[in-house]
Amino acid sequence: MACYLTTAKHMALYWSFGTVLLLLAITAPLALAFGFGAAAAARSRFLPLRWFGQIYIAIVRGVPDIAFFLFFVIALDQAFEYIRHKVKCPDWDQPIRQGSDFVVCAAAKLPMGNAAQWVHETYGFFLAVLTFAIVFGAFAANVLFGAMRAVPRAQMETAEAYGMTPRQIFRRILVPQMWVYALPGLSNLWMVLIKSTPLLFLLGVEDIVYWARELGGSKTPRFTDYPHGDWRMWYFLALLVFYLCFTRVSEVVLERLMVRLTHGQATLGGEAQRKVAA
Amino acid sequence: MSCWETLTDYGLRSIGIGERLLPRSDFTLCQQVVLIGSGMIWNVYFGLVALVTGFVLATAVALGKASGQTVTRKLSEWFIFLFRGSPLFIQFFFAYFAFQSLKSVSSVFDPFSAAWLGALIVLFLNTAAYSGEIFYGALRSVPKGDAEAADAYGLSGWPRFRRIIWPTMLRLAWPAYTNEAIFLFHATTLVYFSGFPAWQQKGDALYYASYFADKTFNPFVPYPILAGYFILLTLVILSCFGLINRRLNRHLPQEQRLRVKFRPNLIR
Repeated sequence: MACYLTTAKHMALYWSFGTVLLLLAITAPLALAFGFGAAAAARSRFLPLRWFGQIYIAIVRGVPDIAFFLFFVIALDQAFEYIRHKVKCPDWDQPIRQGSDFVVCAAAKLPMGNAAQWVHETYGFFLAVLTFAIVFGAFAANVLFGAMRAVPRAQMETAEAYGMTPRQIFRRILVPQMWVYALPGLSNLWMVLIKSTPLLFLLGVEDIVYWARELGGSKTPRFTDYPHGDWRMWYFLALLVFYLCFTRVSEVVLERLMVRLTHGQATLGGEAQRKVAA
Repeated sequence: MSCWETLTDYGLRSIGIGERLLPRSDFTLCQQVVLIGSGMIWNVYFGLVALVTGFVLATAVALGKASGQTVTRKLSEWFIFLFRGSPLFIQFFFAYFAFQSLKSVSSVFDPFSAAWLGALIVLFLNTAAYSGEIFYGALRSVPKGDAEAADAYGLSGWPRFRRIIWPTMLRLAWPAYTNEAIFLFHATTLVYFSGFPAWQQKGDALYYASYFADKTFNPFVPYPILAGYFILLTLVILSCFGLINRRLNRHLPQEQRLRVKFRPNLIR
């Protein structure tokens, strides 16, 4: 059994858990940055920028996000190739869309046709991260936009009375205080992000779902030293348990973070903490 | 081929009525709109049946979680944690392979590995867990005065629940439950992308949308069509739930009524 669980393919399975964690580690800050940018844009006094922020937030509503995942990967890929095509092959005269084919010159192919396997895999992963960040950025933007509006008006007025400029108010008053209002929404989003990682499989990345299907399928003695029947059910049970543990740990950690962020805030929670301490 | 012929050929393709072969080349816009719309039948079927059956179980789970008996409470809590804590995608895979292995035990389980029943069960349990948590929250915020008034009128047991607690619970939970219903309809798109295969290319809307996107290498037509259908569906759900919300709130003065606010959809 120990030998079976340490075959090369199982090692790939364990590494793919790393892929999932890596995806989370890259996507979460990136989506937060996207969301922060969009929320700030939606509050901007410059009309086109405000429209951009509001449309970006609004567009992700009402549509199943799995459709976005399938859409963005092809769309982003084609957009990159289109831009490279325009830059690198200016004297190309054939149309790019020929019926149902998308044709760009060889120099504009992404990744290059002769690139190594790992470049292709990394590029696929990169597209997946970008897609996740775009979709979850919109959700984060919605949460942060609400949080910015939840900061008590009196705090902002006090800052104005001290003669701060709008930019100073934003940096010193609004941003430090909004997190406590944003955290419930953001922690919810984090849970959702964890639970959406299996969608990597749909984006063509060799993730845990891929390996679980691959390894669990029935094996005959001809191809492997460890023949077995259809074990996919057990592999997916293991994945289920992995995700359950992961969400449970996240819940506990986020709860602690909430306690810390509430410290010294002008909210009921902060007031309760102050009373306990006093 | 005129658009009307396309409609008669492919309008019910997703449930196996009409033309057998899907179009293979020279895709017209009409074909894409009709076939993706035909796939919506499955989305509506999964969503509607899971919602109605899930509602009953959700009420039971909410009551279980609020009950004083330790065994019932623990069971409900674990049920909710199990289905809310893991991705729906993995649940689909696990259920599919579990039903596959059960098939060899007894032929009773044959229909379970088909999407129409197997995926429906997963969706049913999943939505029951999510709405159960919503109902539990609402149950805990039923005003104390309502329950006391019921006691004062001599109501107890089933009539007390049926006539006092339950309507108030529903009224409080309704805005959140509306969002849950919208999520559920969006989650139905996952069915044919997880373990459950589409038999004879009878798939849901996303199945056909990705079919066209794969064949034409052009995502800019099928996915916006799909998005359009889902926005329409969302509007229909919102108006239906809005009507029920009006009825639940009809005894209250206008400004106290809870409004249904659409919040962005999230994967589960």
